[in-house]
Amino acid sequence: MADESYPDELSYHKEHDWARIEGDTATLGITWYAQDALGEIVHFEGPAQGSSVAKDESYGEVESVKAVSDLIAPLTGEVAEVNQQVLEAPETINEDPYGTGWLIKIRLADTGELDDLLDVAAYRKLVDEER
Amino acid sequence: MQTLRRTPLYERHAALGARLVPFAGWEMPVQYTSIGDEHRAVRTSAGVFDVSHMGQLELDGNGSHEYLQARLSNDLDRIEPGRAQYTLLTNDEGGIGDDLIAYRRGADSYLLIVNASNVEPDHRLLAETHDVSAEWALLAVQGPEALDRLGVDVEAFTFREEDVLGVRCLVAGTGYTGERGCELGCGPDEAPRLWDAILERGVTPCGLGARDTLRLEACYPLHGNDITPETTPIEAGLGWACALEKDFTGVEVLRRQKKEGPERKLVAFMTEGRTIPRYGMRIEEGGVVTSGTLSPTLGEGIGLGYVPAALAEPGTGITIDVRGRPRSAHIVRKPFYKRDEGKEA
Repeated sequence: MADESYPDELSYHKEHDWARIEGDTATLGITWYAQDALGEIVHFEGPAQGSSVAKDESYGEVESVKAVSDLIAPLTGEVAEVNQQVLEAPETINEDPYGTGWLIKIRLADTGELDDLLDVAAYRKLVDEER
Repeated sequence: MQTLRRTPLYERHAALGARLVPFAGWEMPVQYTSIGDEHRAVRTSAGVFDVSHMGQLELDGNGSHEYLQARLSNDLDRIEPGRAQYTLLTNDEGGIGDDLIAYRRGADSYLLIVNASNVEPDHRLLAETHDVSAEWALLAVQGPEALDRLGVDVEAFTFREEDVLGVRCLVAGTGYTGERGCELGCGPDEAPRLWDAILERGVTPCGLGARDTLRLEACYPLHGNDITPETTPIEAGLGWACALEKDFTGVEVLRRQKKEGPERKLVAFMTEGRTIPRYGMRIEEGGVVTSGTLSPTLGEGIGLGYVPAALAEPGTGITIDVRGRPRSAHIVRKPFYKRDEGKEA
């Protein structure tokens, strides 16, 4: 398992998802806090490439031996890529939640939504409150 | 909100960084590092579980044997003092109030180790017994190397009093993992010293998460999930623990059900595509999942559930409703995992 961290350059959603914004695309994943709460992740149920995901709505599931959790999209867009490595080896999410453990890439439908996301300070505050 | 109870080892668990969760009214460690690692430690070497939340009921004196013989499903005449037996506490409808181990200490002296959540209901059904749970801590040391690490030699389903690593214990050849090993009962004040000594022997601390995956691979039912007051031993495949020729609570129902055949049966099944079955999921052919996990040993989704008796044959395909998605599974013979007897010295 990775050590606890929340990279400064990412944007966060209160359901413990992160987004890395590069122009009009975003890479999505779950935070260290989310993967730690789940424990060893054994299954990732992702969306189909080309399908749409909607902000604040479920786009898939991650499942550990203990529990299942919905993946909540922090932003609206069309799925450009699903991480094949994570489909085949879901434990990658535990090992490197912000790197090789990313889940999907989307083409953003509305960059205005970015204003609704949390910065790292706001997200850390939220994690501290949930503990 | 009810205050959670803590075992004498709570401080040890906290110091090891265990993730603590509420279980049957107790604050218990679900894992220390990871369920998978702890599971594999028990399958390949040795692990120790704090199971001090479990309950102990005692009955001594004239008539004790007869009293329990009339209320527990298995035949206590088949065990001598120094031996233990898996048995069931049934209700008037033949349902399973609890499953437990009866330890025969003398001709008319018994210790019953029961599930944590059932101490009070069991005590109501067995009113003559004394609840001595507060006098006991219980550690389960399990795995192919468990007995060697402790320097203990105890046969399965026997027990005796003995010093283990310098602590006076009730040493029993019982467990809930499908491996060789023992359960050690001692006074609550002695438990931390015994725990430390066991860890010093290189035994891995294991939480309730691994306990559940281990018992499920071995197809040991979990009371409250796989067996309940609403399910019978005949339905659950526990007829072997019921002496139907003697009289005990609910026996007429069980005799009739055995003769006519139960309408539903508790079966083991494996899913396709590593789907993890979960408690309460609907089986579309008519039934319900009562336990499920991803088997750390097999790397496949495994589960137990009730299905109509006609579908209980190994090989039969079933469909499980996984959060609205139909997922294929098939019935398999129990258990999922059986230890290699050849490895026993």
